[in-house]
Amino acid sequence: MTKRLVIIGNGMVGHKFIETLCSQPHDFTITTFCEEPHLAYDRVHLSRYFQSPRPNLGLADPETYRAWGVRVIHARAQAIDRTRRVVVASGCEVEYDLLVLATGSYPFVPPIEGRELEGCFVYRTLDDLARLEAYAGKARTGVVLGGGLLGLEAAGALQALGLKTHVVELAPRLLPQQVDELGGKHLFRYVKALGIEIHLGKTSKRIQGQKGRVVALEFADGGVLETDLVVFAAGVRPRDELARQAGLSIGERGGVVIDDYCRTSDPYIYAIGECAAHRGRTYGLVGPGYQMARVLAERLLGKESRFSGADTSTRLKLLGAEVASFGDAQAESPGATEVLYTDFARGLYKKLVFSEEGRLLGGILVGDTAAYPTLHGLLGERLEQPESLLLPSSAGSAPLPAKAQVCNCTGVARQQICEAVRAGARDLAALKQATQAGTGCGGCVPLLTEILQQELKALGEAVCHHICEHFPYSRAELFDIVRVMGYRTFEELLQGHGRGLGCEVCKPAVASILASLHNEYILKDELLPLQDTNDRFLANLQRDGTYSVVPRIPGGEITPDKLMAIASVAKKYGLYTKITGGQRIDLFGAHLHQLPQIWAELVAAGFESGHAYGKALRTVKSCVGDTWCRYGVQDSVGLAIRLENRYKGLRAPHKIKAAVSGCVRECAEAQSKDFGIIATERGWNLYVCGNGGMKPRHADLLAADLDEETLVRYIDRFLMFYIRTADRLQRTSVWLEKLEGGIEYLRQVIVEDKLGIGGELEAQMAQIIASYQDEWATTLQDPEKLKRFRHFVNSEEPDENIVRVEVRGQYRPAYDFERLTALPMNQGGAHD
Amino acid sequence: MTKANRCWRHICRLEEILEGTGVCAKVEGRQVAVFRLEGKLYALSNYDPFTRANVLSRGILGNRGERRYVASPLLKHRFDLETGECLDDAQVCIPTYAVRCERGEVWVGLLGRER
Ligand SMILES: Cc1cc2nc3c(=O)[nH]c(=O)nc-3n(C[C@H](O)[C@H](O)[C@H](O)COP(=O)(O)OP(=O)(O)OC[C@H]3O[C@@H](n4cnc5c(N)ncnc54)[C@H](O)[C@@H]3O)c2cc1C
Ligand code: SF4
Ligand code: FES
Repeated sequence: MTKRLVIIGNGMVGHKFIETLCSQPHDFTITTFCEEPHLAYDRVHLSRYFQSPRPNLGLADPETYRAWGVRVIHARAQAIDRTRRVVVASGCEVEYDLLVLATGSYPFVPPIEGRELEGCFVYRTLDDLARLEAYAGKARTGVVLGGGLLGLEAAGALQALGLKTHVVELAPRLLPQQVDELGGKHLFRYVKALGIEIHLGKTSKRIQGQKGRVVALEFADGGVLETDLVVFAAGVRPRDELARQAGLSIGERGGVVIDDYCRTSDPYIYAIGECAAHRGRTYGLVGPGYQMARVLAERLLGKESRFSGADTSTRLKLLGAEVASFGDAQAESPGATEVLYTDFARGLYKKLVFSEEGRLLGGILVGDTAAYPTLHGLLGERLEQPESLLLPSSAGSAPLPAKAQVCNCTGVARQQICEAVRAGARDLAALKQATQAGTGCGGCVPLLTEILQQELKALGEAVCHHICEHFPYSRAELFDIVRVMGYRTFEELLQGHGRGLGCEVCKPAVASILASLHNEYILKDELLPLQDTNDRFLANLQRDGTYSVVPRIPGGEITPDKLMAIASVAKKYGLYTKITGGQRIDLFGAHLHQLPQIWAELVAAGFESGHAYGKALRTVKSCVGDTWCRYGVQDSVGLAIRLENRYKGLRAPHKIKAAVSGCVRECAEAQSKDFGIIATERGWNLYVCGNGGMKPRHADLLAADLDEETLVRYIDRFLMFYIRTADRLQRTSVWLEKLEGGIEYLRQVIVEDKLGIGGELEAQMAQIIASYQDEWATTLQDPEKLKRFRHFVNSEEPDENIVRVEVRGQYRPAYDFERLTALPMNQGGAHD
Repeated sequence: MTKANRCWRHICRLEEILEGTGVCAKVEGRQVAVFRLEGKLYALSNYDPFTRANVLSRGILGNRGERRYVASPLLKHRFDLETGECLDDAQVCIPTYAVRCERGEVWVGLLGRER
């Protein structure tokens, strides 16, 4: 019998609960009330809303909710009728068997005169921020009331919006909850240095207005601060009003009272997140809320699980300042003693609190929080030399003790991580899954990665070059196996030398090896399942699931007629058009089913595939050379075209780019390419293993003043030698750096033919060149192959999920936040 | 969730799905990716929750130990073909559907309450 489960509130915790529940088979029909126009988003990083480009903060999307079968009602729940077990909202009533309250908090606005004036804001929801941003556009000065975490965050946001910013705090220091007096002083100096004015120990009396708008803030001591707007950041209060009306038990300081199973005083109603009070305590952090969400989901799935309170230690990066506070940070335990380190010049402040017996009780770190995980993990322990953990030089390098907590969100210590690595979790994904560490805020992932690497090194694992679990060989070894054994399919190789079914790592690598050796049509039935999506559809997959198309334009030389042919295709199919870095024209936004039509037109106009989708030769760029240039000493355009046609379609461990410049002025940037050629008075200079991209590398001169025939011979040998010996996805630049003997050795192999394989390499290249075919022309001839170019196997429709936005006169795919805000109310609504 | 509740929709002929690959079918307004691997059929949602694009049917199939999965063509997140669980993020799981082949025709089954 399925049960009706209703959740009120779709914030961070409500969403986490639904997600956890729906990741397992369950028997509920789920409905959630969502008061905000968007589904759950990341409130913790709310301030990123002001970044440019505006990031997508969404945690949930309607498509996933629909797939999970969760019904979303975009409305505020107005009352709970416990006798009839229904939730009442305007316009509907929803019956429940189990009800979960996840209504979060509302911002506390102190009852100060003038708080209803235009120009007063709170800081809680996306809509709050949108309103604030709109108003700030007309404002010059802003005041934040409250110098706690939220206040400093809001102050940072106001500054980012370009306002002269003030922070007003009642207490005599900033972050009164988290740091002590000295720590507060450090922060004060830091925040002030950012240009934010701070007013401590100030009671606000009223907000002055003119024509209904904020103009100033008046203090109890008579002082007046002129300002255009005020942001309240004076704390939050649990949203327990529904529970109060319904007569549930409410905590002394607010919040719906729950037990260790998240049950309220009504056994059919649960509460989780900021609205709940557990053992008299409410939590204003997402971590404890997530724990409650998990506990409740597990309980509903029939597992033993309970919530027994959470740690509120925090490590923050506020306005760029590092602050951490944990345990008994304020030294309130009887008999507590403190050890301090402070350096105002460097903005460092560190304090540890010890019990009488010398056990660590808590601490505060300002300016450098590297020691935080270590210290946090040592809570309750006796420390032999606490100063070693406080002094700056040793703080970061102190080896992490086994007990040190690495992931705060899930409470996982170093020891557990090392054990998981030893038990077989050899990459980050596996490690996350095995320990759950790193699955919360993600802040510990760098540390996690470091521990993983240390541990792998300790296990002597780092030296393994196996391409993946299916083949105990490196790519170069696989290449030789395929070459020597004469294999032509993945199956033969797998049966002879591998195990399992293969994967997304080895399949494309083997496909590339087979193509480098035999150059067969890559969409042959035996080869097709190996191809990455780009190769499978002979086009480049873009972020919304559509493809881009790049016809080959050898050397970048193109006739007006061909330009017009491209333009008319782009216009006809509404494609976004961009000149690429490699002197070609990229046409974006083609639906899968349009690719054959588009290519039929391009092929008819004389174009061939540009292989922009493959790990293959891309372009040979050229400057204009002596065709037009007054400095040119050779025909760089002609040579580029010949070379591009020679190597087109050649598949390699990584994409290959090349260029030819007509003189030493180097307008084609040939020295940043895998191979580059510069014309001299006496012939051609050949440079190899350059790289633009992420890790730029200037190419090395391999040979000088070559005639064209020798030049081509050397390039043939060079490319084939690289293809044979490089690792998967290894660029020529990295390959050369790893090559023992470096460029000297390479010169011996290529120019002097020291290994005696020159002829073999050339013959292999000749065979590849002779077997070239335009993959698109071949594909267009084969109706069976063309059938694969459609989104649905059983319908001619395109993917309805693709949303476009206009930009500078063309169309691009929508960003997620645009979909989110473009989402009409009730869109996630009923579908049953 | 009884069997009787399931309603079956015809998708395509078996030979339209090349061994070792997948196709996407439209079933009652949903996008279902159907894969054929080593003589078995699997049906999952076509939607990659990490990139929010409908592309899973175009991914590469593979195995890790006992588990068979599809790797999304966009950012290579892997999803278990049997359970829909993401191998790279334990928090994420995508819907799976019943699928069967009869006399060379492929059918996808939806649960009654999901209709
Ligand atoms: C700017 C800012 C920065 C923060 N930074 C951090 C941080 O660094 N670390 C940290 O741990 N925490 C931080 N927090 C706190 C964190 O965001 C909350 O702890 C967390 O969002 C609580 O989740 P929740 O689901 O309980 O509440 P919420 O995320 O507030 O969700 C509750 C939802 O329920 C809805 N709702 C309420 N009543 C009803 C109703 N009757 N009907 C329908 N819907 C209803 C609300 O509209 C809301 O969308 C920050 C908060 C803010 C505002
Ligand atoms: S590299 Fe030399 S030949 Fe080529 S465009 Fe520049 S100046 Fe002219
Ligand atoms: S500390 Fe947040 S995920 Fe580990």
